Amino acid sequence: MNSALHDLRLYAEPRTPWPGAELALEVEHLSHSYGARKALNDVSFRAGAATFTVLLGLNGAGKSTLFALITRLFNAQAGGIHIFGHELRRQPGEALRRLGVVFQARTLDLDLSVWQNLLYHAALHGMSGREARERAGRVLAQVSLGSRAQEKARNLSGGQMRRVEIARALLHGPKLLLLDEPTVGLDIEARADIVRHVRRLVASEGLSVLWATHLIDEVADSDHAVVLHNGVVRAQGRVSAIVAAAGAQDIGGAFHLLTQGAAGGEVGE
Amino acid sequence: MSMAHPSAVVNSRQGFSLAQYLTCGRGIVWREALRFLHQRERFVSALVRPLVWLFIFAAGFRQSLGIAIIPPYETYIPYEVYIVPGLLAMIQLFNGMQSSLSMVYDRETGSMRTLLVSPFPRWFLLSSKLVAGTLVSILQVYAFLAIAWFWEVEPPLTGYFTVLPALVLSGLMFGALGMLLSSLIKQLENFAGIMNFVIFPMFFASSALYPLWQVQQASLPLFRICWLNPFTHAAELIRFALYGKLDPLSLAVVLGCTAVFMAGAIGAYDPARGLIALRRGPGGNG
Repeated sequence: MNSALHDLRLYAEPRTPWPGAELALEVEHLSHSYGARKALNDVSFRAGAATFTVLLGLNGAGKSTLFALITRLFNAQAGGIHIFGHELRRQPGEALRRLGVVFQARTLDLDLSVWQNLLYHAALHGMSGREARERAGRVLAQVSLGSRAQEKARNLSGGQMRRVEIARALLHGPKLLLLDEPTVGLDIEARADIVRHVRRLVASEGLSVLWATHLIDEVADSDHAVVLHNGVVRAQGRVSAIVAAAGAQDIGGAFHLLTQGAAGGEVGE
Repeated sequence: MSMAHPSAVVNSRQGFSLAQYLTCGRGIVWREALRFLHQRERFVSALVRPLVWLFIFAAGFRQSLGIAIIPPYETYIPYEVYIVPGLLAMIQLFNGMQSSLSMVYDRETGSMRTLLVSPFPRWFLLSSKLVAGTLVSILQVYAFLAIAWFWEVEPPLTGYFTVLPALVLSGLMFGALGMLLSSLIKQLENFAGIMNFVIFPMFFASSALYPLWQVQQASLPLFRICWLNPFTHAAELIRFALYGKLDPLSLAVVLGCTAVFMAGAIGAYDPARGLIALRRGPGGNG
């Protein structure tokens, strides 16, 4: 392994890759510890509006902690987060209303119907009943699950649950969508379906996406990526630039170089 | 699969209107009510527990325990009548603990996050959840009172109305206690400890089963423990209210405890304090 590469953080592009452009997410010098264990150490990166940004890291890299901080499950011990210019700590309401989230764990209420899950989410964003019903009907039809609306969530397959969760995350019209390893546990077809769908939202609707994964095959050369390892940003920028800067053949090789020596160093699929 | 991104919904207006707050609060109550209705066994078990106490325990003790005339009663009463307010408080205590269990479970499964990621203030979300749990507990209480009426537990008709504010307050207190405990419980498996160290001591070391003056005659230290127990004051608040009367001391204690427990729960779930973060981490693999 190139030791310089290991010791230094590799920034394939300038830290502000979208000069003058609107930033969807800005993470600045974020640090967080659980007791003595440092989960994130001075993490900084930016995600531009209407871009697909991949947060790439092995299990235990700090992705879930980062997501917990961005969704304000709890505040970071140091550093700041801006969502479309709204500082999360000072303007949590304004920041969170622009945010849609698909958590790694299934978060549908299994005892409720698909429809009731969507209406509950709409209420949590203050949407009126009429507006909520109208939009819930629309998003559900668009993920091809309109006919399953009255079924209990527990009756859906894993892939269908994920589609409902994505529809639910978009119900209130967020501008930034966070997805924490959304394809874990899904079969190949369902995975491809989810990835394709979210990419289409970025391309056609201008949605900004932060997609956390450890699966290399979900990363495209045109994506922006942030490589997180042991709570530290190892590289960020356009994927093709990261690959070139690392002197690797592809993002899998670059990721391997950047995270070499990690416990359980299997890199993606 | 294709979906139009509904970007038009997020507008530039800052904050939320009162109507939006009401919508959010109503949604949380609605969800709790739906969950309760879908879990019929929870409703049945919530009723069976106090009914066993009423039908078996109280019937058995009726002959051996005499209840002197003490406020709010104006005549001698059978033991079944005495025990009912304590059982009403017990229903609400169990409901509060059930909510606590549910919150720990939701936190472990991740569904708690859908609530906490809402843009509304955290204190409002938790308060709405508390109100929802209280309303569910009041439904259970009135179902129990309806059954108890056939067992000749017949408070004055007006009592069914005057007890409502007391039930709201005691429901909020036990709900807030449950919420506080849920923030302190590290894992679902630890919930059995709550049963042993919170529910049973609170119920038995109170005026629910025996009048305090009888406890005082039997053991002064136990009397002091009972007197300090918030459950005693919830039971007494309900007892007096059921007969159209007010016990100011119990009211003050219940109000004070509710405020303290609620402040503790909101503090524990406050992102800035991050008690959850310190205890649990984010979950997930990444």
